[in-house]
Amino acid sequence: MEAFAALVDALVYTRSRNEKLRLIARYLQHTPDPDRGWALAALTGALGFPAVKASTIRNLMMERVDPVLWVLSRDFVGDTAETASLLWPEGDGDAIPPPSVGEAVETLGRMTRLSVMSELARLLDRLDANGRYALLKLATGAMRIGVSARLAKTAFAQAFAVAVEDVEEYWHSLEPPFAPLFAWAADGAPPPRTDDVPVFRPFMLAHALDEVAIDLGEYVAEWKWDGIRVQVVHAGDATRLYSRTGDDISGSFPELVEALALPAVLDGELLVRGAHQGGESGGAASFNALQQRLGRKTVSAKMLAEYPAFVRLYDLLVLGKEDLRVLPWTERRARLEALMPHLPPERFDLSPVIAADDFGQLAEIRAGARDEAIEGLMLKRKDSPYLAGRKTGLWYKWKRDPLLVDCVLMYAQRGNGKRSSFYSDFTFGCWDGDPDAGAELLPVGKAYFGFTDEELKELDRYVRNHTVNRFGPVRETDRSLVFEVAFDSVHASKRHKSGLAMRFPRISRIRWDKPAEEADRIEALRALVSA
Amino acid sequence: MPAPFAWIRAEPNGLHVIPADCWIDPARPVARALVTHGHGDHARGGHGETIATLATLAIMELRYETRAGAVPVEYGETLRLKGGVAATFFPAGHVLGSAQILLERAGERVVVTGDYKRRADPTCPPFEVLSCDVFITEATFGLPVFCHPPVAGEIAKLRRALDDHPDRCVLVGAYALGKAQRLIAELRAAGHDEPIFLHGAMERMCRLYEAFGVDLGELRLVSDHAKDALRGGIVICPPGALNDRWSRRLPDPITAMASGWMRVRQRARQRNVELPLVISDHADWGELTRTIEEVNPAETWITHGREEALLRWCQLNQRRARALALVGYEDEDD
Repeated sequence: MEAFAALVDALVYTRSRNEKLRLIARYLQHTPDPDRGWALAALTGALGFPAVKASTIRNLMMERVDPVLWVLSRDFVGDTAETASLLWPEGDGDAIPPPSVGEAVETLGRMTRLSVMSELARLLDRLDANGRYALLKLATGAMRIGVSARLAKTAFAQAFAVAVEDVEEYWHSLEPPFAPLFAWAADGAPPPRTDDVPVFRPFMLAHALDEVAIDLGEYVAEWKWDGIRVQVVHAGDATRLYSRTGDDISGSFPELVEALALPAVLDGELLVRGAHQGGESGGAASFNALQQRLGRKTVSAKMLAEYPAFVRLYDLLVLGKEDLRVLPWTERRARLEALMPHLPPERFDLSPVIAADDFGQLAEIRAGARDEAIEGLMLKRKDSPYLAGRKTGLWYKWKRDPLLVDCVLMYAQRGNGKRSSFYSDFTFGCWDGDPDAGAELLPVGKAYFGFTDEELKELDRYVRNHTVNRFGPVRETDRSLVFEVAFDSVHASKRHKSGLAMRFPRISRIRWDKPAEEADRIEALRALVSA
Repeated sequence: MPAPFAWIRAEPNGLHVIPADCWIDPARPVARALVTHGHGDHARGGHGETIATLATLAIMELRYETRAGAVPVEYGETLRLKGGVAATFFPAGHVLGSAQILLERAGERVVVTGDYKRRADPTCPPFEVLSCDVFITEATFGLPVFCHPPVAGEIAKLRRALDDHPDRCVLVGAYALGKAQRLIAELRAAGHDEPIFLHGAMERMCRLYEAFGVDLGELRLVSDHAKDALRGGIVICPPGALNDRWSRRLPDPITAMASGWMRVRQRARQRNVELPLVISDHADWGELTRTIEEVNPAETWITHGREEALLRWCQLNQRRARALALVGYEDEDD
């Protein structure tokens, strides 16, 4: 547990992604089984102990610390697990040695609502403050130390010099502590078996089509739909739905899980159907409608009826026992089209291929697309196999031109890591009326990229010289600088004072020349709201 | 008969010793001030007469560029003030020159701690436990979550970071008076003999410590050296400079901070600290409560910090206590 606690502690304070990878990789290399497997499970969020809740920790503390002192401490520290780790009475030195991660996990797994108070206390008695922090974070299942599952898997791949795509593919066939995965990666054993298990296959991704000249004769064009890319997998007797990052999101979309009953791996765009939100009647609604369904653990009947989900299919990766990924796109497409009659049409439809003779015509079609569920175009090489990740020359995405609005810089905050001394996170606003008649600026968005390093230095200088107020780490500026802000779309949102939320806002140009009064009014932005 | 201890009163500007017509660590200029130590929130300028230890007066002179009205006092020396009040200064173990002040009048004894700690500090003599009727204590780290670990472990952490990253430097934010010099002295005691680099704002105070006999080894100014010369080195700056433009001249610094607040992870993260060093010049919870027990006063008055929790502790331990609402003391970066 000491090594794991030291790892957790180091990760809490590390901002650099490379340094995090290095720390996790080093831990995985130097820690024995099964501890490293349990640690990997904790970092990827694969552990849960229903008997241990935040209220358990609070109750445990109330038995040992005066309630008033507990509340004062908890308020100051701001985190229940950390407060408990600091306040727990230190042992007398001749306690039983600290548990291994494996022992801790096993003990936590055995705990019931009745036994948790005494058993958790016994574990805490054997640890120091850092160990208690790591244990409580692990036990409550919310590490929140800035490590995503994907990052942990990448660190695993780096530690043992294997491909992260392979790790992702084997991942869902295994359970913590992942003994076959370590045996394969660290000791050269054969890879874990994935037959008859609905595992995730890493997605093939596209490069942006920026001034790349390609021969349209060798490529095929498809719409790029504005939903979330998903993979639907059926194997053995189970169906799983995976997001782009390989997260299992089956629980949020039971109607899709029920809809695939033949052994196959499908790649497509998850959308919700609906005439509401202005989508084509019976077709796909905007991304905003889809958001109602994302991240839910349980789904009500009302949700299912109001926002029914379906998948618009792009590709077929596996059919029966046959892995089709090595075949050219044209053959996979033919197999997919042949499969369509066997899939329930209310849950699966086919993303159509767009016929265009040349780029000029394609550009026209792209510019003319008014469907809110369209993000742009995809160009796929006809002979391309399905390869994990972004491979040069095979797939390109050609997004719709972004929307633009002129906003006024209002607040700035320093960034992280290399940017920690630069004001690089910007909040900007639009006028809520005529600036000459006393209108105010309303914040409409935040962006921290879109400018060069040279521009960042100028912006940093500007913020320091135009600060009128400070709120902790935030500087308010004198509202004299205009940004041309690019964004993909804007939606109504109750979360923001302006009632608007932008998707992918970024600074497209710094308008040093433009007077702030000439920036856009909020109506201009509101007019762009995806209905 | 007047109420006991009515001769000393907490007023908004500080502790007023009424018959002696003087104030302890007043927040505004007064005719006569007794000053416990040199930190800015305790040692303000502009008093008619300032009674303090020689080192504290020297620190104040550095800051306010005047010695007018300075009345030096030795540790253990008793001053007879007006109104039958006697004042004696004793070491508080906080920073160079820091003192607790024992006030005596008509058989009543009051101790004002100023800021203090109980741990060993190579730059100043240790706190002495004095018996008294009223113990007026600070409570900067007056929450049971504050438990400062042994300094040696924190120093080892700092040196390990240096060994692990020979191409970078470790930039330590440390309060310019006290913390910086203690950190340097502890590094020297641990065998770190290489030159230590200073932010310009640190230099004069370090020289003053040296003049008072604290050996700090070889110190260099960052501004005299090229980026490459700082690789593998320790750089010390005021906490405010940690994420400031100044730090851009350093070779990929690991940001560290030496402060008792670093015990709480969120505090460290808020300041973008990668290497928190829990080193404090204040008493932690254990030291505060142990000191009250050892001094065993009839009453404890709490001046500043997290007084609520310490009051609660006194209540739970059947000790008479009250919080003084003094203004002007800051949660320094300590």
